[in-house]
Amino acid sequence: MEIGLIRGLGTLVVFVAFIGVVLWAYNSKRRGSFDEAALLPFADDPQGLHNQQVSRSNQE
Amino acid sequence: MNTATSTAYNYKVVRQFAIMTVVWGIVGMLVGVLIAAQLAWPALNLDLPWTSFGRLRPLHTNAVIFAFGGCALFATSYYTVQRTCQTTLFAPKLAAFTFWGWQLVILLAAISLPLGWTGGKEYAELEWPIDILIAVVWVVYGIVFFGTLLKRNVKHLYVGNWFFGAFIIVVAMLHIVNNLEMPVTWTKSYSLYSGATDAMVQWWYGHNAVGFFLTTAFLGMMYYFVPKQAGRPVYSYRLSIVHFWALITLYIWAGPHHLHYTALPDWAQSLGMVMSLILLAPSWGGMINGMMTLSGAWHKLRTDPILRFLVVSLAFYGMSTFEGPMMSIKTVNALSHYTDWTIGHVHAGALGWVAMVSIGSLYHLIPKVFGREEMHSIALINTHFWMATIGTVLYIASMWVNGIAQGLMWRAVNTDGTLTYSFAETLVASHPGFVVRTIGGAIFFAGMLLMAYNTWKTVRAAKPEEMEAAAKYAVEGAH
Repeated sequence: MEIGLIRGLGTLVVFVAFIGVVLWAYNSKRRGSFDEAALLPFADDPQGLHNQQVSRSNQE
Repeated sequence: MNTATSTAYNYKVVRQFAIMTVVWGIVGMLVGVLIAAQLAWPALNLDLPWTSFGRLRPLHTNAVIFAFGGCALFATSYYTVQRTCQTTLFAPKLAAFTFWGWQLVILLAAISLPLGWTGGKEYAELEWPIDILIAVVWVVYGIVFFGTLLKRNVKHLYVGNWFFGAFIIVVAMLHIVNNLEMPVTWTKSYSLYSGATDAMVQWWYGHNAVGFFLTTAFLGMMYYFVPKQAGRPVYSYRLSIVHFWALITLYIWAGPHHLHYTALPDWAQSLGMVMSLILLAPSWGGMINGMMTLSGAWHKLRTDPILRFLVVSLAFYGMSTFEGPMMSIKTVNALSHYTDWTIGHVHAGALGWVAMVSIGSLYHLIPKVFGREEMHSIALINTHFWMATIGTVLYIASMWVNGIAQGLMWRAVNTDGTLTYSFAETLVASHPGFVVRTIGGAIFFAGMLLMAYNTWKTVRAAKPEEMEAAAKYAVEGAH
């Protein structure tokens, strides 16, 4: 295989992988677990959250 | 709360690294101010080999990047990985080893660089015995960090830990590959690579030292301390996932922009330029994600100088990650390269982003690990914030002026093709900028002295039983 073709395919693979990551991350199935994960810095200090529950429920 | 077990975080190693961050910050920045003054007033070289610019400059860069920045990263990564995994550090003895091992590396650097023992590679000057020690400490760091991730008591891996993890793995890879060298004596070695290959390996390392040490890792810090200090979760968790993968995929390719118009093949230069331009997208994605975390909490900036440090660091991050891709464009680089513009760009990132996000994070962390409510003086944090901001702005503005003046003067030619200006004339034109830079750096440095005083007073007031109580945490049984 020619070197230029290999490089072109490499670019294509990375591009497809990027689209894959975006689709994976923005899939609504992930929402619940991402919301849980986003709260991990507050797991040991729930008082540290600033009106969180209130503002989240207002957004949705 | 359904509490199953109660145990304690390992804060000892975090406290040690946090204190040494402040100490090495002062040392490294003092050397920086000294060499800035040497450029303005060359007599300060003192005509001694050990205090000449060429030896003190790597001492400055190593001290601020690996001693100040490194200790800040050890402290914050050990702190956040425990708290977001709800577990204590894996292998506490190995964690202690990373502290003492890293301090030994710094001490050896502080001795060997002024003595002129150098491998000659920028940001990788340290000679081979120290390189081996760094590699050992780093692998142990990886064992402690990933071991802690494995024994976590929560389901998810918080995104900040992904950034720290990538930083640890990639820095190990970069350090080992770039420092493959043939020892001649205990204090001298030669690179295994030669010619353009050696240059490319060096800047693959050098740019990713920026990309993974000074960016990815500090983003890990940002993803914990900004939400924590703002009291809100990160703006978009899904954006942080895309941010992570895009950033680590692209950064590794940007190195060739350090070698524009050199013996490096032209296609490699263009590749480096294109990758650097694309890098703007994930960089700004991350910056926006951090900034927007404050939406609904912007009013806190009025009263909270720690949050100001963190937010302004993100603003400088956004600014320097816009400037960087612009400077990587070959035609812009033809003007900017080898001038003070590069130095200004580096310090927009180093002072504005890396130092300010570290300082903000430490002001959050230090009272927590010493069992205090808050730092001794919030007013002093505010004074420090303004000194750091003004110092950074003076520094980068003077370097922009100098850089553009130098670039234009160097390329000016007369009608017969001879150079319009001699090199000495460009130095004369740069002198006011050198003086302003020294003043800006000195103001930033003086701010660090305030931090040291504030930290000292906070630590002095700490009581052993309060420290012990602060490290206690409860693991919820239900999951």
